[in-house]
Amino acid sequence: MLVSVYRYNPETDSKPSMQDYEIELPEGRDLMVLDVLSLIKKEDPSVAYRRSCREGVCGSDGMNMNGTNGLACITPVSVATKGGNKLVLRPLPGLPVVRDLVVDMSIFYKQFEKVKPFLLNDTPAPAIERLQSPEDRAKLDGLYECILCACCTTNCPSFWWNPDKFIGPAGLLQAYRFLADSRDEATEERLEDLQDPFSVFRCRVIMNCVAVCPKGLNPTKAIGHIRHMLLERGA
Amino acid sequence: MVRNVMSFGRNGLSDWVVQRVSAVILGVYFVGLLGFMVLTPDLGYAEWQALFSSTWMRIASLAALLALCAHAWIGMWTVATDYLNNYMIGSKGTVIRFVFQAACVLLIFIYLVWGVQILWGL
Ligand code: SF4
Ligand code: SF4
Ligand code: FES
Repeated sequence: MLVSVYRYNPETDSKPSMQDYEIELPEGRDLMVLDVLSLIKKEDPSVAYRRSCREGVCGSDGMNMNGTNGLACITPVSVATKGGNKLVLRPLPGLPVVRDLVVDMSIFYKQFEKVKPFLLNDTPAPAIERLQSPEDRAKLDGLYECILCACCTTNCPSFWWNPDKFIGPAGLLQAYRFLADSRDEATEERLEDLQDPFSVFRCRVIMNCVAVCPKGLNPTKAIGHIRHMLLERGA
Repeated sequence: MVRNVMSFGRNGLSDWVVQRVSAVILGVYFVGLLGFMVLTPDLGYAEWQALFSSTWMRIASLAALLALCAHAWIGMWTVATDYLNNYMIGSKGTVIRFVFQAACVLLIFIYLVWGVQILWGL
């Protein structure tokens, strides 16, 4: 199979280029894209990409495969190529490239940090743990599973345009995860920090984020909930 | 919290609400106007004149005009902050956007005054 890989070393190359590899795939098996990358790596050790768990848990190998963001380790080649005979691999869009398929995620993490992704509770902790009813716990389903792979945020046009101001779908999903947590006491401060014209309101409900999340999460819905909370608080 | 002085209400929530409310006002106004055009036989100068000289029509037209101005301000500000910023067009982005927005605001103001003049036949 023909595999076209984005190559760029900012220290030596004046501009990025696509390099083609002809890779022999085993008959009768549908490899994952990450497997194909390791076959390429055997042939050409200079190709750089991130990976760790190789089973869709760590979020390191988010990349753009034939135009769609996803995790290389859990995306079958047949799905990535939509049955075609050419695989095109590029880094996640919208972030600076460090090397080949490796992007600099600093700004993505900065947006994540902004939402204070941890429990804020000044009440002295009880001896064992802060209890939560099963119903309250259920409100966190579909929020806590995010692995911060950045597939969604780097697929969001609003983030491409304002990566320093718009928190982006991944960060906002976590913002709502703590707004929705019955044990968190900082709802008011959290909402205060989100009401400006950029942090949340740059979301145009394009739903590019939902389309690519490898964990099947729905940031757009969470953003809708935040908007609703802001509206209730403001009205 | 991200701050910006050129946005309409300087608050994402109020901009968002104003944008939607103004859209509804404009929608209702123009559907009403269209209804009038369809339902009035032999629509001519006299009928238009009669319609626009009534007080309720002036109120509605002024509301629509104000809604249009607010809608345009927020819309143009949003477009400008998406495309005319340092990420999209380089280090001069902020200056270019400021000039663009000043031009938009001035134009909106001119249309507002002009519109009021027309409505009241001043
Ligand atoms: S729904 Fe909002 S956050 Fe998701 S891709 Fe669209 S604009 Fe971005
Ligand atoms: S919401 Fe989904 S796509 Fe976005 S960072 Fe989390 S796991 Fe990845
Ligand atoms: S390698 Fe861990 S998610 Fe793909």
